[in-house]
Amino acid sequence: MTDLLTRMLADNDVLLADGATGTSLFGMGLMAGDAPELWNTDAPEKILALYRGAVEAGSDLFLTNTFGGNASRLKLHSAQSRVHELNRVGAELGRDIADKAERTIIVAGSVGPTGEIMEPVGTLSHALAVEMFHEQADGLKEGGADIAWLETISSPEEFRAAAEAFTLAGLPWCGTMSFDTAGRTMMGVTSAAMVQMVEALDHPPIAFGANCGTGASDLLRTVLGFAAQGTERPIIAKGNAGIPKYVDGHIHYDGTPDLMAEYAVMARDCGARIIGGCCGTMPEHLRRMRAALDERPRGERPTLDLITQVLGPLSSANDGTGEDTAPARPPRGKRRRTN
Amino acid sequence: MSQEDDIILSELDDEELVQQMFDDLYDGLREEIEEAVGILLERGWAPYDVLTKALVGGMTIVGADFRDGILFVPEVLLAANAMKGGMAILKPLLAETGAPRVGKMVIGTVKGDIHDIGKNLVGMMMEGAGFEIVDLGINNPVENYLEALETEEPDILGMSALLTTTMPYMKVVIDTLIEQGKRDDYVVLVGGAPLNEEFGRAIGADAYCRDAAVAVETAKDFMHRKHNRVSA
Repeated sequence: MTDLLTRMLADNDVLLADGATGTSLFGMGLMAGDAPELWNTDAPEKILALYRGAVEAGSDLFLTNTFGGNASRLKLHSAQSRVHELNRVGAELGRDIADKAERTIIVAGSVGPTGEIMEPVGTLSHALAVEMFHEQADGLKEGGADIAWLETISSPEEFRAAAEAFTLAGLPWCGTMSFDTAGRTMMGVTSAAMVQMVEALDHPPIAFGANCGTGASDLLRTVLGFAAQGTERPIIAKGNAGIPKYVDGHIHYDGTPDLMAEYAVMARDCGARIIGGCCGTMPEHLRRMRAALDERPRGERPTLDLITQVLGPLSSANDGTGEDTAPARPPRGKRRRTN
Repeated sequence: MSQEDDIILSELDDEELVQQMFDDLYDGLREEIEEAVGILLERGWAPYDVLTKALVGGMTIVGADFRDGILFVPEVLLAANAMKGGMAILKPLLAETGAPRVGKMVIGTVKGDIHDIGKNLVGMMMEGAGFEIVDLGINNPVENYLEALETEEPDILGMSALLTTTMPYMKVVIDTLIEQGKRDDYVVLVGGAPLNEEFGRAIGADAYCRDAAVAVETAKDFMHRKHNRVSA
């Protein structure tokens, strides 16, 4: 039997994902530095309201409040012993909302980065990373998540570790990376390199793509980069609602609901099949995105010029793909290598 | 790789060796850097010269390529690790010889924020530029900063935040410094993914630093101005 997301993708041209979890929870009174995952048990009514907000705005799938629900992140709040419980409950609350909805809704169990740097550059071993993601995936599965949803990843090593963990847990999955550094991830992965990495996995995701990052234009440049690789795998676009601005002591994202509607339509035209928002994307943004996707016809694949004209400037001149990329320092002479 | 490709560091003259160290730092070869530092010291180089001419020189290239989007975090971490190998040899010698100080920085992620990769990167690159770093770690209330400024007497205070919800806390720290009349005693640099120059100005920091390489350039620039002021 195929999974729910694969079936939904077969029946629909485009699926609308959800918006911001963090921005929404801070609006409900979450204090900076607190672990949002603790609210799954401490303030479940708020988490239900978060999920309901996305469903009522027209989302076909929403992510659970479990982004930081791995042992490494929860340890910072001395909650590392509660990984299974917090993920299970986060998914159960999602199941509750999805099962009451009148249409089919996918509960996607959010899995964020460990916050550690993996070997060989850092200290986190592959085995330990797999173990942490596996523990989280087991909790999500037991709570009834339809799929696991890996997001905001920057290192290929971590992406692979999570892929292995989801296989062990027997959970179909999706995975997105954050391309926030000159069009690449913090660890230097280009859009083209991500496609190659994803296609080389033993247990590849149902869909893959980009989330968060810098602005809507940058995110769509990344989506165009994926599409240029000719991949058949569905592409995910989950961009921030503009760029954070500091106004009167508060942070405000400058992307309006209208801008996000333009972004959604352009993301579809760029080749994305699952479209949503990230930081700053509230239900009013999602509603406008849903309406625009439903009402407006599919168009030609937009050029970068058109994207920047409509959505704003790019954060960097190039994104590490194509021929205009800067050359690395040429080797001066011969050098022994340790490998 | 064949034997004839091997470079024997001790057979290179000083200028060639320093150039080779630039390459080896760029490639993150720690053992080679440690060996080369030892060779230069044996040849009678002052520890301070090894630091500034070889290590800092090499890390400047790494920093520039990181700033320009040619190198990324993994390469920079490897380079910083190689540099640390060299620094471990030099540190006690620098103290013994009373070498001039480049500058000192207290750095920490602000209260409510538990992210540290960016901050660590700044710390490493600053050390690579010869600065002394006091790292307060993550989730620092204003009291931590004040105490460290008191005891460490740094030239620079660096604050980091990765969350839009925690960046405003930087203003709390700066406002407290102003209240206590200490703001002008330090150069205040801020950084973190969601920040921008406008934000840096709005909260009263001396500068916003887009990445670790810019932080180093900015810090050097401020130290240079400070020295000019003192000697004027």
